[in-house]
Parts: sequence; structure tokens; C-alpha cells
Amino acid sequence: MDHGSNGHNSNGTGSDGTGSNGHGSLGHQMPFWRKYIFSTDHKMIGIQYGVTALLFLLFGFSLVMLMRWQLAYPGESLPLLGSLFGDERMPGGVMLPEFYNQLGAMHGTIMVFLGIVPLAVGAFGNYIVPLQIGAPDMAFPKINMASYWCYFVGGVIMLASFFVPAGAAKAGWTSYPPLANIETMGQTMWLLGMAFLITSSLLGAINFLTTIIQLRAPGLTMMRLPFFVWAQLVTSFLLLLAFPPLEAAAVLQLMDRLAGSSFFMPSGLVVSGEVLNVAGGGSPILWQHLFWFLAHPEVYVLILPAMGIVAEIIANNTRKPLWGYKTMVYSLVFLGVMSFVVWAHHMFITGMGTSISTFFQITTMIISIPSVIILSGLFLSLYGASIRFTTPMLFALGFLPMFGIGGLTGLPLGLAPTDIHLHDTYYVIGHFHYIVAPGTIIALFAGIYYWFPKIRGRRMNDTLGKIHFWGTFIFMNCIFMPMFIQGLAGVSRRLYDGGSIYDFAAPVIHYNQFMSISSWLLALSQIPFIVNLFMSWRTGKEEKGNVWEATTLEWSACSSPPIAHGNFVELPRVFRGPYEYSPPEDPNGFLAQNAATAAPAETVAKEA
Amino acid sequence: MEIPYTVAPRPDTGVNNAKLGIWLFLASEVMLFGGLFSAYIFLRIGAPAWPGPHIGYEAVTRASDILSVPMATFNTMVLIASSMTMVMAWASLMMDKFTRYKQYMGATIALAFVFLIVKYFEYSGKLSHGLVPSESNFLAIYFTLTGIHVLHVIGGIIVNSYLWGPGSKMWKVDKQHFANRVEVAGLYWHFVDLVWIFLFPTIYLL
Amino acid sequence: MAELAHAEDIKKHVRIYITVFAVLAGLTVVTVAVGYLRMPILPALLVGLFIACVKGGLVATYFMHLVSEKQVVFWILMLTVGSFIAMFVLFPWALSDQVVS
Repeated sequence: MDHGSNGHNSNGTGSDGTGSNGHGSLGHQMPFWRKYIFSTDHKMIGIQYGVTALLFLLFGFSLVMLMRWQLAYPGESLPLLGSLFGDERMPGGVMLPEFYNQLGAMHGTIMVFLGIVPLAVGAFGNYIVPLQIGAPDMAFPKINMASYWCYFVGGVIMLASFFVPAGAAKAGWTSYPPLANIETMGQTMWLLGMAFLITSSLLGAINFLTTIIQLRAPGLTMMRLPFFVWAQLVTSFLLLLAFPPLEAAAVLQLMDRLAGSSFFMPSGLVVSGEVLNVAGGGSPILWQHLFWFLAHPEVYVLILPAMGIVAEIIANNTRKPLWGYKTMVYSLVFLGVMSFVVWAHHMFITGMGTSISTFFQITTMIISIPSVIILSGLFLSLYGASIRFTTPMLFALGFLPMFGIGGLTGLPLGLAPTDIHLHDTYYVIGHFHYIVAPGTIIALFAGIYYWFPKIRGRRMNDTLGKIHFWGTFIFMNCIFMPMFIQGLAGVSRRLYDGGSIYDFAAPVIHYNQFMSISSWLLALSQIPFIVNLFMSWRTGKEEKGNVWEATTLEWSACSSPPIAHGNFVELPRVFRGPYEYSPPEDPNGFLAQNAATAAPAETVAKEA
Repeated sequence: MEIPYTVAPRPDTGVNNAKLGIWLFLASEVMLFGGLFSAYIFLRIGAPAWPGPHIGYEAVTRASDILSVPMATFNTMVLIASSMTMVMAWASLMMDKFTRYKQYMGATIALAFVFLIVKYFEYSGKLSHGLVPSESNFLAIYFTLTGIHVLHVIGGIIVNSYLWGPGSKMWKVDKQHFANRVEVAGLYWHFVDLVWIFLFPTIYLL
Repeated sequence: MAELAHAEDIKKHVRIYITVFAVLAGLTVVTVAVGYLRMPILPALLVGLFIACVKGGLVATYFMHLVSEKQVVFWILMLTVGSFIAMFVLFPWALSDQVVS
């Protein structure tokens, strides 16, 4: 490895494969804790986010696998593992309702805030965005590091909440008062954990927005950005403006719980037969408004990066430009703006009047349009393409119909007359899981297979990848499709026994066993992926360079892994849009964004 | 490799990274205080009487029955003055007058402390009379809104003190970079003042 | 204002800063005086909000240099103001339009 002097670009790739040659600005080897623990390099931070998020996804998944035992076999003792949980949670191996509720609330919280968003934005966004825009790092590397560690602390608090008296939060990931206000200590820890997670997201959003606006390479105009970067830009705006009201709400709920205020406590509330001794005059609906003001844009935070990843992979593996790039970009922006005025479709059954209900139904119907445009653009990009069925492409293709089902099943929820019947049933759970699980998570897997060679300089094993894909795809559908049937029959969500106590649920209750077994098989299907990750990291087939023959800067302008300081030997210049595959002058090839052509005068004039 | 536009502005956007970053941060702060203010509006509209028919054992008709308008008016003047001294501190740097900068920045910090001291007397006056957040929603939102604001004032004091003290060494090394830092800190401080400009009439006078 | 500017330029700005401070102080007095008038809530709210917006506008325009700021900052602020207004309009509307009040 050569040793760079102060400010000089060193070109060591290092044996750790992360691209870090461990050199600080002083030109000598950085200590382990500066290089791996408290790194300010966006690539290392991206990996930190990625590893942590994958672990949390696995943990959150385990929580629901445990719940699914209770749903499939209500009141039965869990063999072998049941005794591990102790008498306060599972006496005699039988799950207590309080523990079931903890698992439910924390599964949702962990998957959304500790799993998906950190992986989609913190990991993929951090690692890829600077590379795709030709930047040496994010705009604020120290804030980037702070953002990761805030996330980490928030995660520790959430995990620790399982071990306080009476356990973790158990009023749902939505934490509605009055129940959440009077819940046990775990709820306070949930609120504190959320404060750290929100801070982490806000710091990240500021970083992403500044980076994308300010650090684009010369010639990289906004309309030449890869769709993935546009998706991250809109996502960051959503995080920036929508999270703070939830932070405000969390402060108010903390005040209610710790200082005894009544922001969310109505007058005359009776708990366990006694009138609660509070000032009253508060409003539980206020929490719902503040919560959903964030949580609706949050669901777009969950899907937009995934769409971005799928767009990159589809363009690359169809060897054609994306169909309707400009329209898709405008749709992204419109979607982001609309997402701020639809939130009360989560509250249709709170006694809303007809005028405001109509308003939110209309905005909700309008917001489905940009989603459909983007999905259609991705589908139409397949038309007339010579498709390469690489492992990432399998996952990307799988995303399309799954997001279609998820989106379409949202329509009856967005219209009040049907929502009144379907709200808080398993139909809702089926709807949003189709979007996040066979939708976003499949897209994130696609991204891991696609960008692994960039991060590591090695390929992942394709056979294991294909086994992983089919197992995941099939079993996800097995778990979530029957939920629509149960929901339409009227089975409510968050029921400790899965609805078996109700006569009307009898015809559909048998699906519970089918879904539970599918969830355990889904877990087994992840084993090839985990094995593949570890194996390929160490001994995967070495392939540096542009393995997918891609046009975007992360592939065409930097090494695999990228060099430690500055990513690029020299900052690239961009001459064209992001998806010049099979151009007329080279029908079997592609034109990288930074490849100079024979007409430099024309391209220089086009630079903004 | 250096990160571009940390000091010099990017030609097409016209700003450097830190300035864009602070405006983005302030945008999120607008939404934070917006959330708290909309909670205030929600609670006030829903309340049959505001601040309430009574707080503790006292009957009240207006906020000024419980809160001290003179103290808060004084504090408003203090914060507005500190905003002026802050922008003067930056202007002094732009005129290459470092000593003047130190004086104005020192004044900003001192005025911020005055604000905190007055707030201390306000709070302790309430708390010692049993006027606590659990007593009524009016008091709860008063303490919460002004409390979050106070936390932001403290944050500003910390940043400004750093720029007055150890951070000011940067002036000898890179004048433009240091002036930019003071400008960015100023933007934050003006925002803190701005929030109070809305908070004061809303809570104390209406 | 990226370069250390000419002293004369800055002196002009200094005059503006002092003027703005005086106006702000005066408007604060007006705010409190109006408070003592004990108007009914709706006119009091409108007057108070108007004065606060003028004061806030002065701070933003002159102290925060928005008068000479670039487009990108305006776009960020417009988006913010938009979502702020959405919250401030829709929350009270939701509160007032209920099936059971």
C-alpha cells in the first residue's frame, strides 16, 4: 500500500475489502477504533448500517415467528424454546397475552425503524449515493458518523426495554394513548429510543440532501441523476419534514407519562374501575394526527429507495434506458409532496366528519397515481428488452407484481366506506406487508446481490441466490395472501389467539397454521442467503471492475472496492444521462456516464 | 481528497455545504415547533375555557393571570438584542475586526444567559406554588413549549461559546471558513429568536 | 457574501441591522400594548399573528440574509412552509369536523 502524504490521494485497496486502507489525514495507519468503529468514511458507515440493520431485521423476524406459534396453536406450550423465556413471559412455555403484545409492538417498531429504513437509507444510501454522483464522500462525514451512533443507541434502548419490569412497549408500534400513556416502563423506553432514532434520521436527511444538491460531479445535472439518487433525495425530504412532529408527539407523551400532564388524556377516564387522577382535557386524537403525519410519509420512505434499487437493476439487466425516466422523476417528486396530505386515511373510523373524510379520500386516490406511473414505468421498461436473468434481476422482477398487489389492496383502505369494514383487520396487515416484505425487502435483497461485487470485489454465489429467491418469494406469498381472506371475513389484528375465540372467524381460522408454518419455512429460506454472504465475503469469486457492465458512476468510474480516501483517483466528469444502454453507435454495448465521446464540444455545452 | 464546497460556494447553487445544511436543519426545526404549536391549537380549540376555569385554587380568565407578561417582554427584548449582536459579530469578522467580533459574540452569549436566568425565576416561581404541568393543560403546554425553546437556547450558548473561545483559533488559519461558521451559527441563533417572537404573544398574550 | 467584503458595504449593512433592531423593539412594545387592550380572541389572534409575522419576517429577511439568499434555500423554505400550512390547516379542520363533537 502506498502511504499518502497530507491531502494526496492514496490508492490502496487494503486487504479488508472495504476499500479502507486505514490511512488518516496524517498519512499513517489509523488505529482500529478510528478505522472500523468511529469511522467517518461513508463506505464504512454504510457497512455498519447494513450489518446492524440486517441483524435487527433477523431479530424482528424472530419476534413474529414466536408470535406465529401462538397464532397457530393458541394456548399450547412451545416445545424446547418455550422454557427459555421464563415465567413472566411464557409460564410453562405458553405465551402470556402481555408478552404477545410486546412481541407485536416491538416487531413493528424494529422492522420499520431499526431494520428497513437503516438498511434502505443508511446502508444503501450512504454507500452508493456518493459513488453514483461522483463525490469523494458525504458532505458532512462527522455528522454521518453521529447519525449511525444515534441509531445504534436507539437500538440498544429498544432492545433493553425487553428486560425492564413488565417488559417492552405493548401498545402497538402506533403507541396510541390513552393506553400508551398508562403503560409500563417499556413504553417510556420506546419513546426515548424513538427520540434517538428520529435524531439519527434527521442528521442523515440533512447529509443526504446537502450531498446530492452540492456534491454532484461536473456535468451531472439533476435530470442526469440515476433514479436511485432521486429516490434517496425525495426520501430524505420526507424524513426531514415529517419526523419532527413525531418527535414533538413523543415529547408530549413523555410529559404525560413522566410529568403527569394530560396532553392526550381525556377528562373522566376510568382505568380498572377508578377515575384517573389527572387534569384531563387532553385529546387521544391529537396523538393520532401527530403520529400519522409522520407515519404516512414514513411508508413512502420504506418504498422509495426500494423502487430506486429496482430501477437501477432493471435498466442494467434489460440493456435499455428506463421507460419514461422524466415522468417517473416528476412522479417521485409529486408523490413526496402529496404524502404530506393523506395521513388521516389511517383515521377514518375515529368519528371524522364527511367533509374532512372526503378531503383525505380524494388526496389518497390522487396519490395512487404517481405510484402507478412509477410501477408502470418499471414494467414498461421490460418491453422489447433482452433480459438477463441475473440473481439481482430475479429479485427486481419479483418486486414488481408484489408491489402491484400491495398497492392495489390499498385502494379499498383509502376509501372510507370499505375502510370502515377493513380497518384494523388482517386485511390491513396483508396490505402493508405485501409492500414491505415481498416488496421492499425483496428489492433490498436485489440491491445486496447487485452491489456486493462493488463493496467486496467478489461475486455472490448465484445458485444459492436463486434458491434464496424462490424460497423467499413463495413463502412470503404463502404468509401474506391468506391475510386478505381472514381480514375480509372480519378477523381483527392484534388478537392474542388469532381470532379463534370468534365464531365468525371459524371458516378462516385454519389459515393461521398454514401461515405460521410458511413463516418458519421463510426463515429456513434465508439460510442460503446468510451462508452466501459469509462465504462470498471471504472466498467469493474475485471480480473487480464493472461486473454488470453498468453505465452509472459507481461502476464505471471507480474500483471495486472503491479506494479509501476520495473514492475516485480523480473526480469524474459526466457527459450523458444514466441509462445509455445499447446506444445506436454501439447496439451491443453501453455508454458510461463519464465516458468521453467523439463530440466533446457538444457535451461541454450541455453541462450545467 | 477534499470535499468540495466546504468553504467556497458551489457556483450553480450559490451556497456552501454548511449553509445549505443549516437551512435544512432549520426546516426540520420549523416542523418540530410546528408540531408543538399545532398541539397547542388543538388543545385550546377543544377546551371549553382557556387557560381554564381555574388553575390550582385560583380562578383565571387570561394567561397573564398566571404568567408574568413584564418578565416575558423583557426576555423578548433580550433575545432580539442578542440577535442583533450576533449578526454584528459576523459583520465584524467580515470587516476583519476580530476584537469587535469577540465583544459582540460575548454580548450575545451574555444576553442568552440573561434570558435563561429570567426563565429560571419564571419557572421556579410557578413550581414553588404548585403550578406544575400536571395541574392543567395550559401549564403543561407552557412548560413544554418554553422548555423545548430553552433547550435550544442552551444549545446555542454552547455553540456560540465554542466559537468565542477555542473555536476562534480558526480565524488565524482560515478567515473565510471561520466567518462562514459564525454565519451558520448566527442563522441558528436567529431562528431561536424567531421561535420566541411567535411563542411570546401566543402563550402570554392571547 | 463569500469574500471578506469591502468595509463600506458592511457599514451599510450595519446601519440596516441597527434599524431592524429598533423596529423589532418598537413592534414588541406594540404587541404588549395590544395585549392590554383585551380584544376578543379572533381579532386578537389576527393582530398578534400579523405583528409576529412582520417581526419574524424582518429577522428572516435581514438578520438571516434571506433578502439576498439563493434559490435553493427558497425552495427548501417553500416546501417547509407548505407542509407547515398543511399541518396547521388540517389539524383544526379535523377537530372541528367530527361526527360526534
